[in-house]
Amino acid sequence: MNLDLIVFLVLALTSVASAIGMLLSRSAIYAALYLVMNFMTVAIFYLLLGAPFIALSQVTVYAGAIMVLFLFVVMLLGTEALAPTSVLPYQRNAALVLGALLVVEIGYWIWRGAMTGLIPLPSSELNSMTSVQAMSKMLFSQYLLPFEVTSVLLLVAMIGAIVLTIKQKGERG
Amino acid sequence: MVPVSYYLAISGILFTLGAMGVLIRRNALVIFMSVELMLNAGNLAFVAFARMYNTFSGQLFVFFVMTVAAAEVAVGLALIVAIFRTKNSINVDQMSSLKG
Repeated sequence: MNLDLIVFLVLALTSVASAIGMLLSRSAIYAALYLVMNFMTVAIFYLLLGAPFIALSQVTVYAGAIMVLFLFVVMLLGTEALAPTSVLPYQRNAALVLGALLVVEIGYWIWRGAMTGLIPLPSSELNSMTSVQAMSKMLFSQYLLPFEVTSVLLLVAMIGAIVLTIKQKGERG
Repeated sequence: MVPVSYYLAISGILFTLGAMGVLIRRNALVIFMSVELMLNAGNLAFVAFARMYNTFSGQLFVFFVMTVAAAEVAVGLALIVAIFRTKNSINVDQMSSLKG
């Protein structure tokens, strides 16, 4: 058993455990903090896969910006413990069954892929810091149009968020 | 090196947990977090495949998914705040009417 595999297994355990913790925690704050932990472990997965830029943007964008926004809204609304409702009482069991089916299906296809020689991960030049340079070259040449469209999307989202939360005249609350 | 199928397996497990979170939880915020978890699982699969085929396209896709996720979170949380203002609750079982 080499070091890579040990690191991977510890990280895998942490990420799955934190995802389950997010699923089961009663308070939304704890769920958000578990999710931050999950994002961090995924960032380390990215580092192991030789994607340092993606790993760092994962930490800054997801764990930094998005989760802070989540925590902000959780504290703003202050609806910590929701009363359990039972509109569909069989929903939880149905969700468990469907989740088990989904994991079996995904596992089957990954297993089939692994059988047909998906396995080798070549050591590559992606692993160096020059990968950021090469990636940005590709981003600003081949993927220039999606990049520009993304800027428009972010502008639309910004304006949309402001319009949705702004208080109309005469509105209470 | 760790085989790429291990990463895909982790990605599949995380995606399933996110999907179950969407189905089980009734808090709109936690459902939203579960959607983020599913997006993350997809990103992990993208990066794993990018590594396998030695190309940057997968990583750039992850970059775009991250920006879309950021935009989605901004608009979605604004929607949740607006719903909370009118209904005083973010329990999705109580959001059953189309008109306030």
